[in-house]
Amino acid sequence: MSNTNDYSWASVCESADVPSMVGVRALLNGEQVAIFRIKGQLYAVSAIDPFTKMAVLARGIVGDLKGKVVVASPIYKQHFVLEDGSCLEDETVSIKTYPIRESNGKIELAIAEAIAA
Amino acid sequence: MSKQKIVVVGNGMVGHKFIDNMIQHEAADQYDVITFSEEPRLAYDRVQLSSYFAGATADDLMLTSEGYYQESGVSYVLNDKVVEIKSDENKVVTASGREEAYDKLVLATGSFPFVPPIPGKDQPHCLVYRTIEDLEDITASAKQSKVGVVVGGGLLGLEAANALQNLGLQVHVVEFAPRLMAVQLDEGGGDLLRKKISSLGVQIHTEKNTKEIIDGEECRYRMNFADGSFLETDMILFSAGIRPQDELARQFNIEIGERGGIVVNNFCETSVKDIYAVGECALWNGRIFGLVAPGYTMAKVAASHISGGSEEFTGADMSTKLKLLGVDVASIGDAQGRTPGCLSYVYQDGVADVYKRIIVSEDRTKLLGAVLVGDVEAYGTLQQMCVLGMDLPESPEALILPSVDGGGGAVMGVDALPDAASICSCHDVSKGQICCAVQDGAMTIGDIKSATKAGTGCGGCVALATQVMNSELTKLGVEVNTDLCEHFAHTRQELYHIVRVEKIKSFDDLIEKHGKGLGCDICKPAAASILASCWNDYVLKDEHAGLQDTNDHFMANMQKNGTYSVVPRVAGGEITPDKLIALGQVAKTYNLYTKITGGQRIDLFGAQQHELPLIWKELIDAGFETGHAYGKSLRTVKSCVGSTWCRYGVLDSVGMAIRLEDRYKGLRAPHKIKFGVSGCTRECAEAQSKDVGVIATEHGWSLYLCGNGGMKPRHADLFATGLDDETLITYIDRFLMFYVRTGDRLQRTSVWMDNLDGGLDYLKQVVIDDKLNVCAELESEMAQVVGTYQCEWKTTIEDPEKLKRFRTFVNSDEKDNTVVFVEERSQIRPATDEELVRFVESTESEMA
Repeated sequence: MSNTNDYSWASVCESADVPSMVGVRALLNGEQVAIFRIKGQLYAVSAIDPFTKMAVLARGIVGDLKGKVVVASPIYKQHFVLEDGSCLEDETVSIKTYPIRESNGKIELAIAEAIAA
Repeated sequence: MSKQKIVVVGNGMVGHKFIDNMIQHEAADQYDVITFSEEPRLAYDRVQLSSYFAGATADDLMLTSEGYYQESGVSYVLNDKVVEIKSDENKVVTASGREEAYDKLVLATGSFPFVPPIPGKDQPHCLVYRTIEDLEDITASAKQSKVGVVVGGGLLGLEAANALQNLGLQVHVVEFAPRLMAVQLDEGGGDLLRKKISSLGVQIHTEKNTKEIIDGEECRYRMNFADGSFLETDMILFSAGIRPQDELARQFNIEIGERGGIVVNNFCETSVKDIYAVGECALWNGRIFGLVAPGYTMAKVAASHISGGSEEFTGADMSTKLKLLGVDVASIGDAQGRTPGCLSYVYQDGVADVYKRIIVSEDRTKLLGAVLVGDVEAYGTLQQMCVLGMDLPESPEALILPSVDGGGGAVMGVDALPDAASICSCHDVSKGQICCAVQDGAMTIGDIKSATKAGTGCGGCVALATQVMNSELTKLGVEVNTDLCEHFAHTRQELYHIVRVEKIKSFDDLIEKHGKGLGCDICKPAAASILASCWNDYVLKDEHAGLQDTNDHFMANMQKNGTYSVVPRVAGGEITPDKLIALGQVAKTYNLYTKITGGQRIDLFGAQQHELPLIWKELIDAGFETGHAYGKSLRTVKSCVGSTWCRYGVLDSVGMAIRLEDRYKGLRAPHKIKFGVSGCTRECAEAQSKDVGVIATEHGWSLYLCGNGGMKPRHADLFATGLDDETLITYIDRFLMFYVRTGDRLQRTSVWMDNLDGGLDYLKQVVIDDKLNVCAELESEMAQVVGTYQCEWKTTIEDPEKLKRFRTFVNSDEKDNTVVFVEERSQIRPATDEELVRFVESTESEMA
């Protein structure tokens, strides 16, 4: 991954809007993003469950399995690794991840165009 | 080749078993089977007949159905008795004049109750106990009677006495012999049984020979005995043994035994070519077998012989184990020690009222028989040793001595049994079959029951089957891992105990002290449920919020498209017109799909997460509260309309349903729980398919426990009868809390009970007799849950901080565009995948 300084960042919400261990959903250029704060670390992944195409992942239970931090889809319970978007039950499936940071009391996501650049 | 025509006379348990064997046969299509029955219905379970008095219906007792026979190509004629056999023409003739030709004829005419030839025996309230029609007569007679006498102190007679007692009568048993169950028990066993049954209020009169039945002075009848004494009673039930129903065979020159019974050989063939006899009408080697298991074996042998097999009937083990009026009794082999030269060992405990005796061969190497009263735990081992002729251990007395510090007790391990040993005689399951099921992955006795059917008949073999399973698991080196998940090396039950004892109030605290890592979607909801059961905290408290499945978190049920359904509580299914209108208005305002649920309430589908608080604000204003449809908790108490309106209702089922639902609403449990309350034994609320089923009878409530519908439907077991309101609630309090304490994660009450060592009986000991001395605790824990109930939705909409959780997006008021509905039958439904593709294409082309 390239240096995070290369991205341009969009502020999506206040820091206080993302509680610990409970996901929230944000809209970033029409894409639904699930945001989690786990043991102080922020994660952002696509909110769309690839198995059902429904935007439910922000509503899954988070935890860890075999040392990896995961979210479980609330529909059919597959687990997605928050770090890289891979699915523990099906290696052919993965979800998109987004660079995320906390800056001046705001939660910021990297904007897609900047990633492409 | 044309099909062989098989005519079966009689459709009782054994006749049906024969037909079932033919249906299951690989060459079933080569046979045409037709059965005639003089009764108005197909085969039903006579062994469980007494459950009819506890609320079971004729339908519950059915062993088969007309539909099953039709599907299987079996013809049947009810209400038509076969009255003639033309064996020279291979034909039978029925009472209605119908002629039916046969290639093979099977007589399964069963037996009839023997009524001693006493003058006055044919009066209206002198009855017998064999068919469903008999039971209907008994019930009707009991309604007009206070005192009842059972003539006959055998197995069936005592069962009948139990039934009369349950019907509220003052019961006497009159027996000709000097002791009860003279066929199965010895003197010591019979004496103890008599003592125990007498203490339950049933009066026993032995060595009484009834001379005549005349009009009574205080009761309807008076029975005069040969010794000059008499007894007054309002009704008399004859249960003095059975006689083979051999009249048909007798008339048409088939060989009959001296004292009755159709003589058969090892293939169940009678003296006439092409004619077989099976079950209680058949006499093999001079013996009639009055139990169902030998009858089933005969049915199998006859079916095998007709279809070219070579199975033989070589006698049957008549050992029995049963519970009579709450007393455990078992009899094995030569229980009375009639074998010449035999020796016996007796253990008697006059304090706990236990009697055990084993009869061994002269050389002390083989077990010949046994009698057990009051403690029948050794039955399985002893019965196998006896039937298989296994060598006795060095000190045979150890088999019946109570175990002291783990020593002694029934020392014979199941490992000594050969694979062919029959473990479950009801379903003919061998030790080898149970071992195979374990090799195929069965890990619990519940698995064994569903894989092999073992233990699902009379239930007498469960302990033995469990031992076989455990031994096989050990042999396979399977260490049963009961850890909840990788974060906790504990079972749910252990965690529950930890939470209670250490007064742990949060998941963080629990995992820090007793687990590792962050937790997962297995342990978090389990911990949330335990914390809720113990402390009944608000589920969305900050420290609990992340533990909940989405359903519990949003207090609604997530559907396939990520939207939610909303179910307000409608206790007992009773709802006012105003509330119905309010529900309709809410559904209309938010364009929700509405459907009536199986639990007598109304489900509103298609709500998005941000709409949930708005919907609930309106529902709460209209007087609704949450229905907990989302929780592993009490769902509904289904009821029929009960005595308030129904012509047949006996008690107020709706009132009781509402009382129960209000009491237990919100209780978190290992699995969802459902109740049902029926106002009479017609059982319109289907209470026997629920975890807790309550059925009104004229003597109070009957309580059924541990049933369920769903994937593996299971009827609830009768737990207690004749309960008043308060006792009913006390028992349910204890039962629920004991389940909440000890159930495994996502374990239904049925599986939980099946896995309790001792099953239903053990549960009765805990809940009714307080064997574990925990009832006071269970009741106070329940009182705490009941006392701290809050409507979670009401608490939530009053808290602006909590409402933030329901926003769809933290940074936008837009709606979730993955949610698409289409209309069907004038309501919304989620779009299908194909419809979604079309929708996306059309919006894209609009944008272009």
